[in-house]
Amino acid sequence: MIRRFSKHKGAMIGVLILAIVVALAVFAPLLYPRGPWAMVQRPFLQPMAMEGFLLGTDTLGRDVAAGLVHGARVSLLVGLVSTLVALLIGVPLGALAGFYGAWVDEGAMRFTEFFQTIPNFALAIVLVAILEPSLTSITLAIAIVSWPPVARLVRAEVMAVKSREYVDAARLSGLSNRRILIEQVLPNTVSPIIVLASLMVATAILLESSLSFLGLGDPNIMSWGYMIGAARTVIRSAWWLSFFPGVAIVLTVLALNLIGEGLNDALNPHLSRKGHA
Amino acid sequence: MAALTQVFGRLLKAVLTLLAIAVLNFFLVHAAPGDPAVVLAGEAGAADEQMIAQLRARFGLDQPFHVQLWTYVSNVLTLDLGYSFRQGAPVLDLILDRLPATLLLTLSAFVISLTFGIALGVAASARVGKVSDSILTTFALLFYATPLYWAALMAVLVFSVQLGWLPGFGYETVGADYSGLARVLDILKHLILPAATLGLFFMAVYMRMTRASMLEVSQMDFVRTAKAKGLSGPVIRRRHILRNAILPVVTLAGLQAGQLIGGAVLTETVFAWPGIGRLMFESLAARDYNTILGVFLVSAAMVIFFNILTDVIYRLVDPRIGART
Repeated sequence: MIRRFSKHKGAMIGVLILAIVVALAVFAPLLYPRGPWAMVQRPFLQPMAMEGFLLGTDTLGRDVAAGLVHGARVSLLVGLVSTLVALLIGVPLGALAGFYGAWVDEGAMRFTEFFQTIPNFALAIVLVAILEPSLTSITLAIAIVSWPPVARLVRAEVMAVKSREYVDAARLSGLSNRRILIEQVLPNTVSPIIVLASLMVATAILLESSLSFLGLGDPNIMSWGYMIGAARTVIRSAWWLSFFPGVAIVLTVLALNLIGEGLNDALNPHLSRKGHA
Repeated sequence: MAALTQVFGRLLKAVLTLLAIAVLNFFLVHAAPGDPAVVLAGEAGAADEQMIAQLRARFGLDQPFHVQLWTYVSNVLTLDLGYSFRQGAPVLDLILDRLPATLLLTLSAFVISLTFGIALGVAASARVGKVSDSILTTFALLFYATPLYWAALMAVLVFSVQLGWLPGFGYETVGADYSGLARVLDILKHLILPAATLGLFFMAVYMRMTRASMLEVSQMDFVRTAKAKGLSGPVIRRRHILRNAILPVVTLAGLQAGQLIGGAVLTETVFAWPGIGRLMFESLAARDYNTILGVFLVSAAMVIFFNILTDVIYRLVDPRIGART
């Protein structure tokens, strides 16, 4: 399986890009010890105009590169944690719906359908606006709008697995429903969940950056979306302020999507490559 | 008759969904930190004690919880979305005023993304494994990873600031006072960049999906039969494969309508497009919760409208569906 993954050219490119982003995020305090908010030079310094300021400075003379490196931490953190929270909501709900069927399934699926109908970015905006922008509210809002596909996937997988013979055998041997579900059924649904989760981290990063772009970011934390949002009004005179953070987002999201595809091909080789959407 | 009950069922479901969203809105107002009356008044009303008291009485905020819920939901049902103190107008009027611009933008983006997405997907699948396929697939992958608002900003930078080809701002030329055809053309010119950037992401999604679906269908038995019959490649692709491959794409397009409308908030913000998304953005800064929640409700209604629209497209593409259900 690992061999299949490592043969996937796209996935390897993804791993490489992601490794660089993670390294920059981890070492941000060492690379730019003064932090992303420090005003270090004159404002509107063009990229490569001065040594040590490769990406230029922003409207207040803050180093764009420092912002990027520190912003990577927020993007990765929010992407990862919100996906975990979404899994915590979606996996149990989907598992219960798929395993018990009948009215549990009916109720859970109606609930899921409802959340899928609501325009999810609009809901995220409303949630963050009402709960006041903070790292917690942003993470929570992203999780709340991203769990429905998880629930649907887990439900479908559980339904497919629960009629297998080994599950019948477990039932005959007297295992309780709960133990069958947790010990026999769920472990067999892990690989599609991993694939979905890697794509969800990518979507979560896009969502976080979009919220910050609209001014709904945590006011104390530098993020890529915030940088672009703050530079929006000066796009005519200072293109680099919005250009570089955007490139950082595209590369990170692209890397995660490539990894997701690679995982999909490695973990589910029997499935043809369908577009994930 | 069966069609009639089906339409009725759909409408009932739409109403129930909207009702549920109204209930959700109510709970959100109460989840906000602070007094709900202050929340409803927004920034503008925060200082005025008398107005807060009035609001409290009007929304029955001194009543028991379930009465409050009933008041709120029945207000929404009678299309009373509250009053925006910030803008000094009823929220419904503000939204109705801006809705046409948003509908124009999202429908254009929907059509653009679906048309180009399917066309490019078919093109890529016909050249599978060749260089042109890889190029198309790579571009789709890139667009898929590009934040909407950033694509919009870069489009402004290139096509408006640098090249000066298209306006990057607004809905029509301010002060030009065009009328008739000249005005339509002027609006269209303003529409191109927002609609194209909003459609770009979804185009990538539909392209990938079409390509995968075409490849899957092309391995089925009936395609082999068509080949054996001696039909040419393009005819098989168009008449046999595409017709079957397009169904999952249309289904997906319907499911993604919500994201398209959410994306409009970003696109409208960048292009100063006077739609409900821009209204939501302006209300965020003003903490005008009534308007934010109103736009949220209306955008959910738009999603339901788009879902019904894709259902109609579905029937056009595959006449079997109407007969079957």
